[in-house]
Amino acid sequence: MWRYQLFGIAIWLTAASPASAFIAYVSNEKDNTVSVIDTDSWTVTKTIKVGQRPRGIEFTRDGKFVMVAVGDDDTIQVIDARTQQIVDTLPSGPDPELFTQDAAGKTLYVANENDNTVTVIDLEKRTRVGNIQVGVEPEGMAVSPDGKTMINTSETTNMAHFIDTATREVVANVLVDSRPRFAEFKRDGSELWVSSEIGGTVSIIDPAKHVVTGKVTFSIPGLRSEAIQPVGIGMTRDGKTAFVALGPANRIAVVDGTSHTVTKYLLVGQRVWHMAFTPDEKYLLTTNGVSNDVSVIDVAAQKVIKTIQVGELPWGITIAP
Amino acid sequence: MRRLIAAIGMSIVATPLLAADPVQIGIGYLGPDRVQSTLSLVEQPAENNGVAGARLAIEDNNTTGKFLNQHFTLDEVRLKEGEDPVATAVTLAGHDSFIIADLPADELLKVADAVRDRGTVLLNAGAIDDRLREQDCRANIIHVAPTRSMLADALGQYLVWKQWRRWLLVVGSHDNDKLYADALRRAAKRFGAKIVEERTFEDTGGARRTDSGVTLIQRQMPVFTQQAPPYDVLVAADESEVFASYLPYRTWDPRPVAGSAGLVPTSWDAAHDQWGAVQIQSRFMKLNSRRMTALDMQAWTAARIIGEATSRTNTGDPRKVFDFIKGPDFSIAAFKGQRLTLRDWNLQLRQPILLADGRMVVSVSPQEGFLHQVSELDTLGVDRPETKCNLH
Repeated sequence: MWRYQLFGIAIWLTAASPASAFIAYVSNEKDNTVSVIDTDSWTVTKTIKVGQRPRGIEFTRDGKFVMVAVGDDDTIQVIDARTQQIVDTLPSGPDPELFTQDAAGKTLYVANENDNTVTVIDLEKRTRVGNIQVGVEPEGMAVSPDGKTMINTSETTNMAHFIDTATREVVANVLVDSRPRFAEFKRDGSELWVSSEIGGTVSIIDPAKHVVTGKVTFSIPGLRSEAIQPVGIGMTRDGKTAFVALGPANRIAVVDGTSHTVTKYLLVGQRVWHMAFTPDEKYLLTTNGVSNDVSVIDVAAQKVIKTIQVGELPWGITIAP
Repeated sequence: MRRLIAAIGMSIVATPLLAADPVQIGIGYLGPDRVQSTLSLVEQPAENNGVAGARLAIEDNNTTGKFLNQHFTLDEVRLKEGEDPVATAVTLAGHDSFIIADLPADELLKVADAVRDRGTVLLNAGAIDDRLREQDCRANIIHVAPTRSMLADALGQYLVWKQWRRWLLVVGSHDNDKLYADALRRAAKRFGAKIVEERTFEDTGGARRTDSGVTLIQRQMPVFTQQAPPYDVLVAADESEVFASYLPYRTWDPRPVAGSAGLVPTSWDAAHDQWGAVQIQSRFMKLNSRRMTALDMQAWTAARIIGEATSRTNTGDPRKVFDFIKGPDFSIAAFKGQRLTLRDWNLQLRQPILLADGRMVVSVSPQEGFLHQVSELDTLGVDRPETKCNLH
């Protein structure tokens, strides 16, 4: 009997992951794959073939599945994180790009870029339950921490639309600078940050009053301002530090969450767009589309420590919660 | 701080039930009812070339306008051959404060002068003549179309970057061909290319497309291009569509062709897929069932300039809108990877220029390494210190 017990303990020991191992999934827009990165070895452990033009990618809240929007196939594919196989699709509406879920992981909101709509999906039933008309070329998606408001940004209309999640009505529209790409709430709900890729700024919006209360501006010596194109935003849970991807400026700006000023620029790969924290917030991984790699930033030291080659035109990244 | 207050002022709450009628903004479109015949069958423009782009922009403006209680309409007038553009423009100006125009240079000037006193603003979507932005500039014309010099400079920068510095320049016999050649000569001098020889291709008339003409062309083109001094690229100036499309793969020496055929500088191409362009390409295809041309995109940009300005100023007042367009805060995003602004001395829209070969976009100018103290986009075309325009 004790032999089996020892055997069982041995199995358990080998199956238990070391405390620091996290798994990151990166969507590669051009070669239609998802790269899987192990944060122990900082290497790609698997490349999963997905549908056409994978962009938005996110773990379900329970950490069991990875959803990836394959825009040219007009669907969202669901990857089982255990087997790393595609097991299902979601009725995303045409040309899905980015999507966001509510805190409970029950509702999915998808931006349909070609159709100027947001599709609402019941994640449990895996059915479409409605859609909302928004501005031209919707992309950025966020749900407020209190779950009452969903934000969508439209690139050519240049607005952040505030949508009541209960009624699914647009209740406010805030004009921001040119080509808003990404929206991110502070965890305490006090601020909504929206990046403007062509405008070159990040707007800080008061979510209750629906007004822009400030802007983060960027300036890099020797670099023409047109090359500074903010896209993705990542914020620490305490709201004290934000990281903004600056696209073809090839840098991540470290921004003080209170003063909204840049404290540092970190050189990463080319055309950096999106990012994800490891759950312990020790590392921040960024996707560098044109250099086909992912940079690893040590968050406490604010230093880039590693670069990992992935597929072609890496776009989004999600890390198991 | 002023900008901050202005930004706060610009946030609006739109409730589902709106008591007020939407602010109506009418934009005119004045263009010809016919298109130029091209040598290439696949390049033959559609009958709605240009206006189709404006129609898409009106749709885009109205999607935004829904949230701002603004509604846009396009008043289209297509001029028959010989019809007086001035009378038509004056009628349009009666209800539209902004008119997108696709007219030849002289007609554009006549129209601009005729509507100037009522405050009407024209947006030049079609004419590429440099003189309209130089000695013949007007305070009530915004130039969305690029100039010949911008197009020639875009090509010249790439050819020099590529180290194809020796050019054989072949010029057509019509006036516009010669204007293009002037711009190409200027670009060569500016960026360090050398025109090793110039030849003229005479337009001797005859049908553009014949059943078995290709066998004759196969013989003519090599003979026409033989015995040239050593050169890297044949640059053809043929806006009149007489010969340039016949040159690629038929030159005596195996050389690439550029200019009016081969590698062509253009403000837009249906093959352009960078910087989110796929979105507008597919929206255009969905609305118009064909691919988007440069003229379509120039008209789209013109109508969007008005839409962008009316949303930033939150008004349909044409005076306020025009002042904002001319102001320092105005810029427009047009799927070219950076914001486009107006040159304040002649109201020409700064813009990257694509170099396309009919299937792919090969490069986008300005090329890396061509520097400028204000904006690298000003390395294309006639710059502020050189301008003959004085709008004040």
